[in-house]
Amino acid sequence: MPQAIEPMGTASTDQTAAALLPHLATAPRRSGLIAMLGRAGNAFWRVPRESNYAKVGLIIYLIFALTAIFADQLVHYEPLEILFADNYQLRRNLPPTTDHWLGTSYSGRDIYSQLVMGTRSALAVGLTAAICVVAIGTLVGLVAGYFGGWIDNLLMRLADIALGIPFLPFVIVLASFMGAAQSNVVLGIALLLWPNSARVIRSQVMSLRERAFIEAARVTGAGKWRILFVHIAPNVLALSFLYTSVAVGWAILTEASVSFLGFGPSDTVSWGYMLQDAYASQALGRGQYNWFIPPGLCIVFVVMAGFFISRGYEEVLFPKLKG
Amino acid sequence: MKYVMSRLLYAILVLWIVGTILFFMFRLMPGSPLAAFIDQTTTLEQQQALIARFGLDKSLFQQYTIFLQNALQGDLGQSFFHRRPVTEVVMEALPNTVILTLSGLVVAYIFGVLAGAYLAWRRGSTVEGIGIPLALATRAAPEFWLGMVMLAFFSFYLGWFPAGGANSVGLEYDSEWTRIFSVDYLHHLTLPVLTLAIYLQGLPLLLMRSNMIEILQEEFITMSKMKGLGSRTIVLNHAARNAMLPVATAFALGIGSAIGGNVVVETIFSWPGIGRLLVNAVSASDYPLAQGAFMIITAVLVAMNFVADMTYHLLDPRIRHAASN
Repeated sequence: MPQAIEPMGTASTDQTAAALLPHLATAPRRSGLIAMLGRAGNAFWRVPRESNYAKVGLIIYLIFALTAIFADQLVHYEPLEILFADNYQLRRNLPPTTDHWLGTSYSGRDIYSQLVMGTRSALAVGLTAAICVVAIGTLVGLVAGYFGGWIDNLLMRLADIALGIPFLPFVIVLASFMGAAQSNVVLGIALLLWPNSARVIRSQVMSLRERAFIEAARVTGAGKWRILFVHIAPNVLALSFLYTSVAVGWAILTEASVSFLGFGPSDTVSWGYMLQDAYASQALGRGQYNWFIPPGLCIVFVVMAGFFISRGYEEVLFPKLKG
Repeated sequence: MKYVMSRLLYAILVLWIVGTILFFMFRLMPGSPLAAFIDQTTTLEQQQALIARFGLDKSLFQQYTIFLQNALQGDLGQSFFHRRPVTEVVMEALPNTVILTLSGLVVAYIFGVLAGAYLAWRRGSTVEGIGIPLALATRAAPEFWLGMVMLAFFSFYLGWFPAGGANSVGLEYDSEWTRIFSVDYLHHLTLPVLTLAIYLQGLPLLLMRSNMIEILQEEFITMSKMKGLGSRTIVLNHAARNAMLPVATAFALGIGSAIGGNVVVETIFSWPGIGRLLVNAVSASDYPLAQGAFMIITAVLVAMNFVADMTYHLLDPRIRHAASN
């Protein structure tokens, strides 16, 4: 499933790299880190204004982010609290009411509150994993692309190995080996998903390396690392961002799958945990759509938002793909 | 030829490295691997005998060399839980997984290629405005959740399909082939295949569409238009054929990654395949079986990466040229 963590337009690497160049060539050439970051920032804000995909994606992200931040205020009950009616009967399998917006689960827990709290763990896992993946990927891509030679060879062979390991099975084995914790799921994702972004950024760096402004920096006596991080790195930030938005989605999907298979932490409410609970409690047979549809839809929306954002950025920054 | 050999050697190297990582990971796992064998009545002596029988008293390095030797001969050890050779258990499950994955992929790619070509042709229309977000949404849906929705609706609510397994209980078959081609098996196969196909069709669809759009702008298409060919002929005979190449490579890669991702679909539908075997083995601390299942999944993935490399190499002369330089 996650082998294809490519931006959605999915052109080949070289095309993506080539397509970025006209955009860079037209950007005003200022020197210095601040100016470089400024240009990257401009590109960042330009996109949602020009692309509806990016706009919709960012709005969805914003809604979920606000839900996660204000989760404590939004919930009606403790998500893991077992609820009893006044006559000491367990409030189990209730249909949606004004008291329980999405009904209650088999063990008498409020589904709406679980859904809201689940946003928090989904975003936490998604963002940390994506940042790890793309940080490793960008760093490897920069170093491999700029230095070339045996360093490049070694890093790319490592990438091949990581891509040769089945992703979901590996995360499951890792989670059962290191213990069922979300940090271990993040670790598994970070260990295996970096090669995709590393490869694309590497080829981007290889073409940037040969360009005149890098030559100019070299002539003025800038050191290797300075050239790499001050002159080249800001030019691949847009690509890194594109990969981050997709990686958030893959991370959330993976975390949900791992929790669903029963290898997730049992004390944290996540959407995957809710779905596992519903499946194991035979909610499907009882047709409790109010229980298992909402968490799935939430996952679809968050992951889709990531795809939308990456697509929007691709359209605006790599216009060749727009066609 | 040199390129083929080096990629092949490379694939073998990856397998060896993955096997090694796995071996040490499972040896370092917490808990005694004997837990599945020991109950209250097992005496200390019996425990010692078991430890010796499984070679667990030897040093880690000795165990590793034995593991490598055996693995090369196709012997992946004894399953703790099934009490049978791992190779046997895994090979029983493999056909089910291969059939599920291939059927799902074929359905997904036929639909994806056609729909992708259609969307490229109707670029800028309302159909495209709905089609692309929809394709992205199906790619964003977790496989297991799709499976749950399918189960709840088609199996529990409508009662059209069985809720799990690969064969009805109590039926017996003369051979593996009659089992697989029985109506009963296909009946069980339908929902998991549909689930897999819905999840997988997004990639070929989007890939096909963007390739088509690119090719439709090339000079030979303009040329065909100038020759006065109809748009249907151009799209089907000229553009679609050329846009298929990258999709073919994606298909080979898809087999590899789908077999790994099948874990959840197989679990949802209790499909007796290798993914479910792996999940159960990991839960039950059946290390030899988990290791064997993982190795087979890895082997398929690495083999398919190799095949994808080769198809690309054969089909695209530019890459062939670059590699020989």
